Amino acid sequence: MQKSVIEVSHLFKDYQTAAGPFPVLKDVNLRIDSGDYVAIMGPSGSGKSTFMNILGCLDKPTKGQYVLDGHPVANMEENAVAGVRNKTIGFVFQGFNLLARSSLLDNVALPLVYSGIEKPERHRRAKVLLEKVGLGKHINSRPNQISGGQQQRVAIARALVNNPRLILADEPTGNLDSVTSEEIMALFGELNKEGITIVLVTHETDIAEHAKRQVRFLDGKIVEDTLTERPTPDTLDPQEIDHV
Amino acid sequence: MFSAMLGEAWHAMGANRLRTFLTMLGMVIGVGAVVLMMAIGQGAEASVKRSINAMGSNLFVVLSGPPNMGGARSATGNAPSLNVKDANAIVDLSGVLGVAPVTMGKAQIVFGSNNWNTDIIGTTPSYLDVRSWDLTDGYAFSDSDIRSATRVALIGKTVADNIFGEDIDPVGKTIRIKQSPFVVLGVLSSKGQTLDGRDQDDTIIVPLTTAQRKLFGNQLPGSVRQIIVQAESDKAMVMVEEGLNSLLNQRHNIREGADSDFSVRNLTAIANSAAETTRTMSLLLGAIASVSLLVGGIGIMNIMLVSVTERTREIGIRMAIGARQRDILMQFLLEAIVISIVGCLIGIAIGVAGALLVSTFTQAEVIVSSNSVIIAFSVAASIGVFFGFYPAKKAAMLNPIEALRYQ
Repeated sequence: MQKSVIEVSHLFKDYQTAAGPFPVLKDVNLRIDSGDYVAIMGPSGSGKSTFMNILGCLDKPTKGQYVLDGHPVANMEENAVAGVRNKTIGFVFQGFNLLARSSLLDNVALPLVYSGIEKPERHRRAKVLLEKVGLGKHINSRPNQISGGQQQRVAIARALVNNPRLILADEPTGNLDSVTSEEIMALFGELNKEGITIVLVTHETDIAEHAKRQVRFLDGKIVEDTLTERPTPDTLDPQEIDHV
Repeated sequence: MFSAMLGEAWHAMGANRLRTFLTMLGMVIGVGAVVLMMAIGQGAEASVKRSINAMGSNLFVVLSGPPNMGGARSATGNAPSLNVKDANAIVDLSGVLGVAPVTMGKAQIVFGSNNWNTDIIGTTPSYLDVRSWDLTDGYAFSDSDIRSATRVALIGKTVADNIFGEDIDPVGKTIRIKQSPFVVLGVLSSKGQTLDGRDQDDTIIVPLTTAQRKLFGNQLPGSVRQIIVQAESDKAMVMVEEGLNSLLNQRHNIREGADSDFSVRNLTAIANSAAETTRTMSLLLGAIASVSLLVGGIGIMNIMLVSVTERTREIGIRMAIGARQRDILMQFLLEAIVISIVGCLIGIAIGVAGALLVSTFTQAEVIVSSNSVIIAFSVAASIGVFFGFYPAKKAAMLNPIEALRYQ
């Protein structure tokens, strides 16, 4: 039996507006198992970004339960939530969100500062990860000296530096061209093979196809939850085998 | 972790050098002004204190009253209403430590080809004790000199410098005062200036009887211009003052309610009020300087608020990757503290340099005490904490989602 990393049940989220509460999420239920690779899709305003913020412990639901890695998040105090963001989750954003003034090495090592790890160890781990994403030669560069794709690799290295169980990526290829996007998605694929659970928000179907599972939001509800059809030996039907 | 944060604070300050410098300037000027003003104030206090110590402690001076001739009064001290017998009677009052009757005048003095005009004080040997005045050379005259009105003199340092110069030892030499020869017995130690700037070393002390009979003459034999009275202690001052008034009223047959023909002045009280005045002045200077420190602090707060707004997105990123609220608070607070402490150190250097300049160019005494530096430093550090706290708190309370979305 697979252990669940994320378990969301009867989740509601209202935004307070001048005209009263405006519901954004209406009774969302979702379970994501360890090692899964999920793409969350949906049009703008469907509630997928709000849902991601709640998954990332940046926002709290109005009602309902969210259990992350076995711990209910709702009754955690602020410092514990910061600890979860630091150790359990790695964030990758559309806009990369690197600190412009710091070197790549310092950017990747930054989460470790907040886990209280000493400088030599911080730099050692950051260096290993920068090498892993192919930027071992640029550790002292600034973010504005490298390309967008490279910046996103740095962001991924930063997300990985504290060995998180879960990576949350919000439109990670939104600012990249198609070739670079493919490279980044390949990197996510590799990470997933290593056992890291990945949840990714996108509105591009070809990006979503890289995930094992696709969840579609519409008007604050999950309307579709399907496994990606993939030509693996188990699922291929005999006709297609002929073409291969 | 702390060192990492300190490094970041330094980094952030370096990112916008001009702004950091201008912010710091407020602190530099504030601290510099405080250090300089305190140095000037403490210098003034010290010189007043020295004057008071030089005067002698717990002193009264009894002055003879103004002569009243047909209703027209002359200056205080000119009527021959006090005499040596009054002084001898005062010695027996309780609480009195020493009494010195004084008569005085100006005279021309000559030694060789040099001459000088100075104050001549005729008094008894107890004068030196009452004024706590020492000799640097020679010895004082004694009571037998008073009895026989010998022509001997003690000369002040200014007088010695002017008529003897540096090469001649004055002790044993004979000088002429108003043409009469006087033997110099000793040289008085330097007392410096009085509170009103008079040079106390420009004086010659001779036996009272000699002054009365041989130098100035007298309308009434035995009369003196003033009597200096020293009380045993600070506490005895009130008792001695009352005793002086009742004793002299009785001796001079003054009826109750009538005007006295003498007046008693508390020199120590006058000196203390002068000291009080300088203290108030130095407090005032410090207070004015502190206002600029306050303005510097507000400048820091202003810039930190701008900085928090500018770096909203950075704060969002840090929160998303696991910074706790207190980490963010610490980061901005440290930045404010580092700015104020660095500003403070520069300010102290400038304040000390300013104090040295003031003392070289004005000859005024300035004292940079370690206390004033420590006070300025700790006040500056607390200003950093105080004015840095609100912006830092504001940063820490940001909502991470909104912060991340901030453009």
